[in-house]
Amino acid sequence: MTLLSVSGLTKRFGGLAAVDEVSFDVEEGTVTGLIGPNGAGKSTLFSMIAGAQRPTSGRLLFDGREVTGWQPHQAAAAGVGRTFQLMRVFGSMTVLENLRTAAYLRHRSKPAARSHAAEICAFAGLEEVAHRPAATLTGATKKRLELARALATSPRLLLLDEVLSGLTPTETAAAIELIGSVHGQGITIVLVEHVMQVVMSLCPRLVVLDFGKLIFDGSPEDAVRDHAVLDAYLGA
Amino acid sequence: MSGVEVPAKSVRWGRYAGLVVVALVLLVYPLVLETSFLQTIGVLALTMAIAATGWNVLGGYAGQISFGHAVFFGTGMYGTTLLVTAGWSPWLTMVPIALLAALFGVLIGLPTFRLRGHYFSIATLAIGMMVMSVLPNVKPLGATDGLSVPFLDEGFWNLTFSLRDKSAYYYTALGLFAVATLVTWLFLRGRTGSYLEAIRDDEFAAAAVGVPVWRYKMYAVAMSAALTSVAGSFHVMFVTFVDPASSSDLSLSTAIALIAVVGGAGSRWGPLLGAWLVIALQEYTRTYLSATGRTVDLMMFGALIILVVLVDPRGLVHLAGRPFARRS
Repeated sequence: MTLLSVSGLTKRFGGLAAVDEVSFDVEEGTVTGLIGPNGAGKSTLFSMIAGAQRPTSGRLLFDGREVTGWQPHQAAAAGVGRTFQLMRVFGSMTVLENLRTAAYLRHRSKPAARSHAAEICAFAGLEEVAHRPAATLTGATKKRLELARALATSPRLLLLDEVLSGLTPTETAAAIELIGSVHGQGITIVLVEHVMQVVMSLCPRLVVLDFGKLIFDGSPEDAVRDHAVLDAYLGA
Repeated sequence: MSGVEVPAKSVRWGRYAGLVVVALVLLVYPLVLETSFLQTIGVLALTMAIAATGWNVLGGYAGQISFGHAVFFGTGMYGTTLLVTAGWSPWLTMVPIALLAALFGVLIGLPTFRLRGHYFSIATLAIGMMVMSVLPNVKPLGATDGLSVPFLDEGFWNLTFSLRDKSAYYYTALGLFAVATLVTWLFLRGRTGSYLEAIRDDEFAAAAVGVPVWRYKMYAVAMSAALTSVAGSFHVMFVTFVDPASSSDLSLSTAIALIAVVGGAGSRWGPLLGAWLVIALQEYTRTYLSATGRTVDLMMFGALIILVVLVDPRGLVHLAGRPFARRS
C-alpha cells in the first residue's frame, strides 16, 4: 500500500528551484534512503512532506489523501513524525517531559501520556537520562531523544534527517539498531543520510537528488553503478 | 505496559513544606505588621502578583514576552469602574471584564503572533503605547481626568472596606491571588502546560510533535489577559480612581513583566516573590525620596534586573531550591 506519494513536487526560492519536479512513492512498512550531495534539496523536500514549507507546485498524498501545503501540526496528527537536522529538543524540559509532550498527541490525559512516554523512553534506551534537562545532554543523546520524541507521537511515517551524522562508531551502531527496531514495529521510514555505509545497510531502496532533481530511484547496488549518481558525487 | 523500568522522580517534600510556610507568612502578615503603610505594600504586592501570574502564563510558560500588559490591567480598572458606576457589584464585574480582556488579548494576538521573539515584544510595546496615547482622548473613559469609583457602603459585597485598617483589602487580595494561582495551576497542569512550554522552547519542534502553535498561543494570551484584568478590577476598588497614567502606563507594563522575571518567569511562585520585592522597593523609595522617588524606583528596577541576571537568570525563586538541589 502506498503511504506517501510525491508527484511533481517543486519548491522555488526566487529563481532557484531547490526541489524540482520530484516524484516518488513510499510503500507502507519500507525503509527508503534519501541521499544526494550538499544542497541537493533533501531537507527542503523533507520540510515540504512534514508541512514546514509550502510547495511552489506539485502534489503530496499521504495515505491516499491530498495533503499538499498542510501545516506541521496537521502532518504530525496524520502520522508523520520527524527529526531535525539541527537538533531541536525542548531544552528546559527533562527527557521524559519531552516525550510526554509528544505523547499528548495521542493520549489526552496526563497519566496516559506519562506512561506512553516512559514506554518510549525505555524503548529508546534513555532511562538513565530520563530526568535530565534535555539541554544538558550530549549531541548523540539529543539525537536519540529527537528520534524518541518523534516516536512518541505514534507516527506511521518517520522522517529522519541525518540522525547518524556526527556520531562515534559505537553510537552509530546503537542508533542503527534503534532504527532497525523502529522499522520492526512496522513504521515506515524515510531517512536522509550522508554516511553511505549506513544507508547501504539500512535501506533496500535509495532515492537520489542532485540540484533539486531526482536522478536515481532504485536499489543501493544499482545506485553505486549508476552514472548519474557517480557524476553527482564524484563530479563528471 | 509492563516491564518498563524508568526510575521515578523522588517526590520533593520541600516543595509542600515551602508552600505551607509561604501560606502561613501571607496569612499572618497583616496581623503582625499593623501599620497602614506596610499593609498597603501587602495589598499592592498581592495585586501585582495576580497581574504577574497572568503575565507569566504568556511570558513565562509560552515564552511570548509582552510589554503591553498594562492594557489588560487597564481594561480591568476601567471596566469595573464603569460597571460599578452603573450599579453592579464589583465582584460581578470581574468575570465579564476578564472575558473582554481575553478578547482584547486575542485581537492583539492576531497580528502580533505573526512575529517571534524580540519582534513580538516590540509589537506589544507599541500597542501599549498606542493605547496610552489614545486613552486621554476618550471622553466616556474620562479622558485625561480619569474616572472615580462611586462611593459605596463598606462591606464585602461592595468590595469596599475601612481605609484605616487595610487588612480586609489584604485578605481579599490574598483570596483572589489564591484563586488566580489555582486557576493557573488547573490551566497548566496537563497538556496545555506542556504545549506552552514546548512553544517557548522551540516553536518548530512543538509543531512537529503536533502542537497547533497558533491556537495555543491564543489560549495563553486569553488566559493571561483575563487574569491580569482581574488584578486591575481589584486594584481600582482599592485606589477608587483610574486615569490613563495609572492604568496603561508603559512603566506599569514594565513592572508587570519585571515582577515575573525577577521572581522567576515560568515558575509557579516567581510572580509572588517578585511582586513583594519590587513593590516593597518601589514603595520605600517613593516614600523616602518623595517627589524624586518616581525615577529612582525605575533605576532600582534596572539594578534589580542586573542583579537577577548575575545571580540566577531563571529568577530569584530558584535560589530557594538551590541548597536542596541534587547533583547528578
